Amino acid sequence: MTITSYFASLNVLKLLRNMPGGVSQGIIWGIMALGIYITFRLLDVADLTVDGSFTTGGAVTVMLILAGWPAWAALLVAMLAGILAGFVTGMLHTKLGIPAILAGILTQFSLYSVNLHIMGMAANKAVSVDKYHLLLSSRNIPSAILTGAVIALALVSVFYWYFGTEQGSAIRATGNNPAMSRALGINIDNMKVLGLSLSNGIVALSGGLLVQYQGFADINMGRGAIVIGLAAVIIGEVVGNAILGKRLNFYGTLTFTVIGGIVYYLVIVIVLWLKLNSNDLKLFTAIVVALFLAVPYLRSQQKSSFAKLRKKGG
Amino acid sequence: MLKLENISKTFNPGTINEKKALNGLSLHLKPGDFVTVIGGNGAGKSTMLNAVAGVWPVDEGRIILDGHDITALPEYKRAHLIGRVFQDPMMGTAPNMQLEENLALAARRGRPRGLKWGVTNSEREEYHERLKILGLGLEDRMTSKVGLLSGGQRQAVTLLMAVLREPKLLLLDEHTAALDPGTAAKVLELSDQIVQEHNLTTLMITHNMKDAIRHGNRLIMMNEGHIILDIEGEEKKKLTKQQLIDMFAQKGGSIDSDETLLTK
Repeated sequence: MTITSYFASLNVLKLLRNMPGGVSQGIIWGIMALGIYITFRLLDVADLTVDGSFTTGGAVTVMLILAGWPAWAALLVAMLAGILAGFVTGMLHTKLGIPAILAGILTQFSLYSVNLHIMGMAANKAVSVDKYHLLLSSRNIPSAILTGAVIALALVSVFYWYFGTEQGSAIRATGNNPAMSRALGINIDNMKVLGLSLSNGIVALSGGLLVQYQGFADINMGRGAIVIGLAAVIIGEVVGNAILGKRLNFYGTLTFTVIGGIVYYLVIVIVLWLKLNSNDLKLFTAIVVALFLAVPYLRSQQKSSFAKLRKKGG
Repeated sequence: MLKLENISKTFNPGTINEKKALNGLSLHLKPGDFVTVIGGNGAGKSTMLNAVAGVWPVDEGRIILDGHDITALPEYKRAHLIGRVFQDPMMGTAPNMQLEENLALAARRGRPRGLKWGVTNSEREEYHERLKILGLGLEDRMTSKVGLLSGGQRQAVTLLMAVLREPKLLLLDEHTAALDPGTAAKVLELSDQIVQEHNLTTLMITHNMKDAIRHGNRLIMMNEGHIILDIEGEEKKKLTKQQLIDMFAQKGGSIDSDETLLTK
């Protein structure tokens, strides 16, 4: 295929048609990114539990809806399941002294079996919007965007309130300066467990939203969730800083985290539209996240580094 | 107020790095005592403060503060009794949180932290006034991230945080050692002022013998994990640097400070 025929085969209308779908999925992953924001930015822990708890949330939601529960109640239980997963990671870390990253990996690993059990040993379960009343579905994208946006905004507001309270401040202090926090009488172990639990509760909730949107739960649906979440958090920070600069407050940061999820998914839509192999998506995502994570370091190197001195001296 | 009874602590027991840091240490502070602590490197000064603060459990002995036996309490459970300022100016504050948020965290030291607002408006007014007294212009930067402040400013803030909720005991662990001489003098003066104003029972470690003599009503010297010299009242007031150095040598201690190097 020559370059001209390649470009001729790209249909701009088709890209535009796919955009709303990208936005609705992006919001759902943006909600997950809010959960990851708690651990990654506030507690300063990269919590790998989420790859498992995202699926747990999806599996619980689908099974309960199939059992006749209303979708909102199923989501609530899914959230509790996520909280429990985060609690386990927190306990492994604080009570058994396992490094946070390994504790997360262990929980995530075990959740694969747990999730299979939840789904009755099936690798995937469908829940049809024709038979059940779902909160959102890819069949009706405008409504899905609206529902997702309302939930996301509600969560941002709750986050904004909670992390301004005494307890929320204690969680932030724990991530920011543990030695100081202990000296000020904060039980940092409890704060870590609390933060990990809340984070995974939100992640499971977003898993429950995704299964309704796509109409099925899959045992592998959470694979790489942590990377997508980090991508959303980081993209959100970069975009937020570019637009608001110093006026970017906590509310803005949280809102832009959700927007980061949307931007990520729109990029995916474009990449797919360019007919790049979708199997390369994970490689592509990892490269993007690595680049963004590297930016602060590279910037500081630009200001002052031995390599720079060598160049100057040579 | 504070009673240390026969405290011992050995780090890395049974290994090649075994270090007996505290060795049968006993000390009794009366309410309002302002004690300066001097001694060479490895004498156990910071270890003593960390034992009181509960950074780790001691091997032997008892720690009694304000009538409570706190020996078995973890650090965060003794925090309501103790205010602390660390040697490292970065250690006492949360850099990514606002100045007023840091103060509010300290104002709730040792209290349950529920779902009430982290900083209230009436608190803001109080902090504004108390920051003004520091004379560093920080009252106009209450919503700045603390990480943007200088080391001296952060140390002054930590000092204020330590006494915002009046502690039974104030621990100052060489809190001016990392500052430039001018800032160090200012922070030290501020410490004196705050201690006197609230009549706080205080333990202050210093490397500077002049400071140790000039501040406080009592001076203790440590060596090899216990106290080898304890001077107070009039006797301390009349003390000179040379006397201190002589006494130290007599007790077989080693002291490292600028003064000893210069007098040799």
